[in-house]
Amino acid sequence: MDLFEDEPPAASGNQPEFTVSELSGAVKRVIEGEFGLVRVRGEVGRVSRPASGHLYLDLKDDRSVLAGIIWKGRAQLLSTRPEEGMEVVATGRLTTFPGQSKYQMIIEDIAPAGVGALMAMLEKRRVALAAEGLFDAARKRPLPFLPEVIGVVTSPSGAVIRDILHRLRDRFPRRVLVWPVAVQGNACAPEVARAIAGFNALAPGGAIPRPDLVIVARGGGSVEDLWGFNEEIVVRAAAASAIPLISAVGHETDTTLIDFAADRRAPTPTAAAELAVPVRLDLVAGVADLGARAGRALAQGLGQRQTRLRDLGRVLPRAEALLDPARQRLDALDGRLPLALRAVTAVKRVALADMALRPGLLRRALTGERERLAGLAARLDPALVRLLRDKGEVARTRGARLRLPVLEADLERRRAALDAVVRRLADRAGRAQDQRRARLAALEQVRLTLGYQATLARGYAVVRGDGAVVSGVAAAQAAGALEIQFADGRLAIGGRSAPRKAAREEPPEQGTLL
Amino acid sequence: MSAVDGMSFEEAIRELEAVVGKLERGDVALDESIALYERGAALRARCEKKLAEAEEKVARITLSADGQPTGTTPLDAG
Repeated sequence: MDLFEDEPPAASGNQPEFTVSELSGAVKRVIEGEFGLVRVRGEVGRVSRPASGHLYLDLKDDRSVLAGIIWKGRAQLLSTRPEEGMEVVATGRLTTFPGQSKYQMIIEDIAPAGVGALMAMLEKRRVALAAEGLFDAARKRPLPFLPEVIGVVTSPSGAVIRDILHRLRDRFPRRVLVWPVAVQGNACAPEVARAIAGFNALAPGGAIPRPDLVIVARGGGSVEDLWGFNEEIVVRAAAASAIPLISAVGHETDTTLIDFAADRRAPTPTAAAELAVPVRLDLVAGVADLGARAGRALAQGLGQRQTRLRDLGRVLPRAEALLDPARQRLDALDGRLPLALRAVTAVKRVALADMALRPGLLRRALTGERERLAGLAARLDPALVRLLRDKGEVARTRGARLRLPVLEADLERRRAALDAVVRRLADRAGRAQDQRRARLAALEQVRLTLGYQATLARGYAVVRGDGAVVSGVAAAQAAGALEIQFADGRLAIGGRSAPRKAAREEPPEQGTLL
Repeated sequence: MSAVDGMSFEEAIRELEAVVGKLERGDVALDESIALYERGAALRARCEKKLAEAEEKVARITLSADGQPTGTTPLDAG
């Protein structure tokens, strides 16, 4: 550097000229020679995976950025897939890309920078998967009480499978299907994921029996060794498993993400076997105990019933005993009966002997009774006759009172009274009629006197003109025809025979007048 | 009541426990208690059969080149 700064003008003259490619090539050689193998620590920036399969990524710190490439063949072998934000140590060499005036790092291997960085990444992934619900308690399935077939995903050789089989044999030998997988390295995660899915894909009753429990197991190791069980595909396969799954990865203190997705986590492979099956001998004893208890319970039930029956039988009296008192009473009475009969007979016999029953006495008594009977019979006839007579008398008296003349007289009397009333009624009505007739005649007389007809008889006449009474000369002259009424009739004067008729003939004139 | 044959060990022992519990309470009629006892005996036989089927059989899945299971082969893990 010093050389350039001190003598730039002097150098300009005799410096050889490079073509761009020559210079780029020279730079390339220097860079590749100087940085043939470097380890660089930094944070992974932008990562891109084009279809070519190569992996392009940036490594950066707070001031600088270094472009990096992982060729396809290498990328497939990486144990850790670089992710943005990951703190890593990359191993490789520097080279240039003359076409773009760029330098870049060809990365051969890339690994998380220390356990802290790995754990930070793991935690980030765990949170993301938990947010998806893959670890929810509701997803957990209960383990079968006694699985018939147990599938074990692990390495077919080594202590792990041996421990598991050992413990199973101790507790309850079962059918075990081992699905061999790589338990570390790049192949681990995809193989484990495929094994879990593969067990689930087996059809029940197929050629290969489908396990009813799966154990995913691995022995202890470094965080990097166990890393495959943190991979997302393994976690997803465990969460998706329809068969209950026990994870047993590493030692008790190791935790991998598959533990969160498993239905149960066992601290060690041996513990997984203990979770998987119960102890057979315990069960044998338990079943025997249950059988014995059933027998005892039945026997006890029968015994209780028997005791009860016996107790009740004891309380129930014998049929004989029920009859005994009655029989005893019968016996007692039976003994007393002849004695009592004998005593009664004796008493009666004495009384009979005392009565001195003689024929004379009987005859007298008989005669006495007969006389009393005759006396009563003698009184019977007259009494009957008297009774008949008395009753006849009563009947006759009643019959006499019922005779017809009495009724007729009564009828006559009532008829006369009726006639008198009728007569009186007729009298009174006739009289009132006469009085009304006389009053009418008087009134007629007055009427005749007051009317004009009576005046006609005295020589007056009534003149009518055209039907109306004419009482003056003017009216008489105005009338078309006159009619004079005398006491004995009417006389028409003028051209018309009858004023009534004339009136009928001139309806229009009348109409006009009106 | 379901058929005892075909029951899993767990189903059988659960019902057996229930049967014994019922018998021990002693509040069932005589006829029923005898029927229960017979059912219990069948369940017990089923449990014992399942317990007798304690055979270890370990096999390893054989895989094709693309990782698909093709069959099983005996495994001697020692």
